[in-house]
Amino acid sequence: MEPCLDIRGLSAVLPNGQRVLRSVSLSVQPGEVRALVGESGAGKTMIGKAVLGVLPKSVRVVEGEMLIEGEDLGRLDAKARRTLIGARTALIPQDPLTALNPSRRIGAQMTDRLVRILGWSGERADARIRQLLDEVQIRDPERVLKSYPHELSGGMRQRVLIAAAFAAEPRLIVADEPTTALDVTVQKQILRLIAQLQRDHGTAILFVTHDLGVVAKISQKVSVLYAGKVVEEAETAQLFAAPQHPYTRALIAATPRYTDPYASLKPVDESVLAGLTAEIAAADKDWRPSHG
Amino acid sequence: MDEARISRRPVSPRLWLAGCWLLMALLAAIFAPLIAPQDPLAQDLMLERLPPFWLDGAEPGYWLGTDSLGRDLLSRLIFGGRIAFIVAFAAATSACLLGSALGLIAGYFGGWPERIISRVVDVWMAFPPVLFAILLVAVLGTGLSSVILAIAIIDWTRFCRVIRAEAMSQARMDYVESARIAGYGRIGIMLREVLPNVLPSVVALLSLEMGIAVIVEAILSFVNLSISTDDPTWGSIIAEGRLSIHQAWWVLVFPLITLILTVLSFSQFGEALKARFDPVLR
Ligand SMILES: Nc1ncnc2c1ncn2[C@@H]1O[C@H](COP(=O)(O)OP(=O)(O)OP(=O)(O)O)[C@@H](O)[C@H]1O
Ligand SMILES: [Mg+2]
Repeated sequence: MEPCLDIRGLSAVLPNGQRVLRSVSLSVQPGEVRALVGESGAGKTMIGKAVLGVLPKSVRVVEGEMLIEGEDLGRLDAKARRTLIGARTALIPQDPLTALNPSRRIGAQMTDRLVRILGWSGERADARIRQLLDEVQIRDPERVLKSYPHELSGGMRQRVLIAAAFAAEPRLIVADEPTTALDVTVQKQILRLIAQLQRDHGTAILFVTHDLGVVAKISQKVSVLYAGKVVEEAETAQLFAAPQHPYTRALIAATPRYTDPYASLKPVDESVLAGLTAEIAAADKDWRPSHG
Repeated sequence: MDEARISRRPVSPRLWLAGCWLLMALLAAIFAPLIAPQDPLAQDLMLERLPPFWLDGAEPGYWLGTDSLGRDLLSRLIFGGRIAFIVAFAAATSACLLGSALGLIAGYFGGWPERIISRVVDVWMAFPPVLFAILLVAVLGTGLSSVILAIAIIDWTRFCRVIRAEAMSQARMDYVESARIAGYGRIGIMLREVLPNVLPSVVALLSLEMGIAVIVEAILSFVNLSISTDDPTWGSIIAEGRLSIHQAWWVLVFPLITLILTVLSFSQFGEALKARFDPVLR
């Protein structure tokens, strides 16, 4: 089957030449949840931004390809790329407060997108939004649609953003730590909602997290990222049963109980990190971008 | 669910006072011919330097007294308000449109547009504004339109700087990135997503700028560089009042009070309006 998202050998550098992504390869099948796990600064967000075409100006892609449902983003002109990304992908962001426009009502923000970008009629967009609000278990859509973002709680805002992400039926959703900014009690509900909607809509998700407990709960496949490099990828059950890479093993060992999504990571064993760093430094020495 | 916190603050007394004064002054200026008790230009040497109504020697119908040519002070203030408000609205609006547009572009797009616009603003602000205004009017010639033009040319930087900084911080917010991902164009994002968030500041600055325009016009009239000297303006009345301060203090004091109240009201009104305009503060 043709992957929904296919990243092949993607490398990106900062202006000082430092690499933030090191030949990352990763694919997400249609309807599959792929977890992307790694510690802070590993480059998880960068991968998501690269896919969605919103890398910071200072970050430059120097090699590799990204394909969304078989279409190579690199071969499209800027406008076609935007259209493709807009139509087939969506983002569930980390911080539900800044991801909503503070001065526009929720309803206007949600329908605007369907009407102006996808050309839906106002009524159709409105009906769609209400249906999605129902799916994310918002009981009083009237009030929510009329509210400004700051009038809702964090959990409500994240529900709204989940509804908005699924509204246009994207094929791929990038969820960048969608629960880290929320209360612990709300995290569980939000995670369950994402899983529920993902199953109902058959949407593929690239699920970024640093939490192995969440990985175990939600994903079918995992890629483990360290310093911009995928050090291991496996089926989720396989990864926990028989982790191959020492870094993965250390990561699992550092998580008190990986079935507990709320246990936080302990620092990974120093010797493992030292070995990895040396390995990456050695690889950097002979690395040349294949083009660009 | 249960998290609504929709509270509406009552209208503050500040907003009330400022709004009432501005409304009164504006209506008086618009309907000046109907309201003014006397002809503001009529001179009568029999009536020169009449004191205001509560002092001995006051004449009925000359509530705030007369100047050294026997012209009614209240009527002159009311008619002077016409020029003050025309200048305030026209100059402040022009400065606002120019400055906010450039500020929005600089702040949202960054890169070379930002560098060019910021450089121009820096150069502009190196001139002392009042001297700049006098210089400009001297070059453009006196008259209502050159006063308006001069104020707009000088003061657009005030809008540009503030709006640039605000647009810049808005442009970094995630909602702008989400709009990009959804496929909105840059100009569309700037106008539909970023602009509404800087609008409260634009409104506050606009009102403040109206007050400033009133002062600048008064200063220009004071140094005799504004409108033709026949029509009364607050600045020209102040200039005349200064000459007869010992014989008729009221000719200086009343226009000063009018000027100060108007300028303060504009700035207070702007602040209060900003608070009501902003969905987060509201
Ligand atoms: N705007 C930027 N310009 C330059 N470098 C950046 C920028 N943002 C992040 N980086 C760097 O890129 C690397 C990867 O950052 P990224 O945000 O992808 O990490 P992450 O895995 O998402 O971490 P976290 O779990 O903290 O979100 C980091 O070393 C970071 O310092
Ligand atoms: Mg991140």
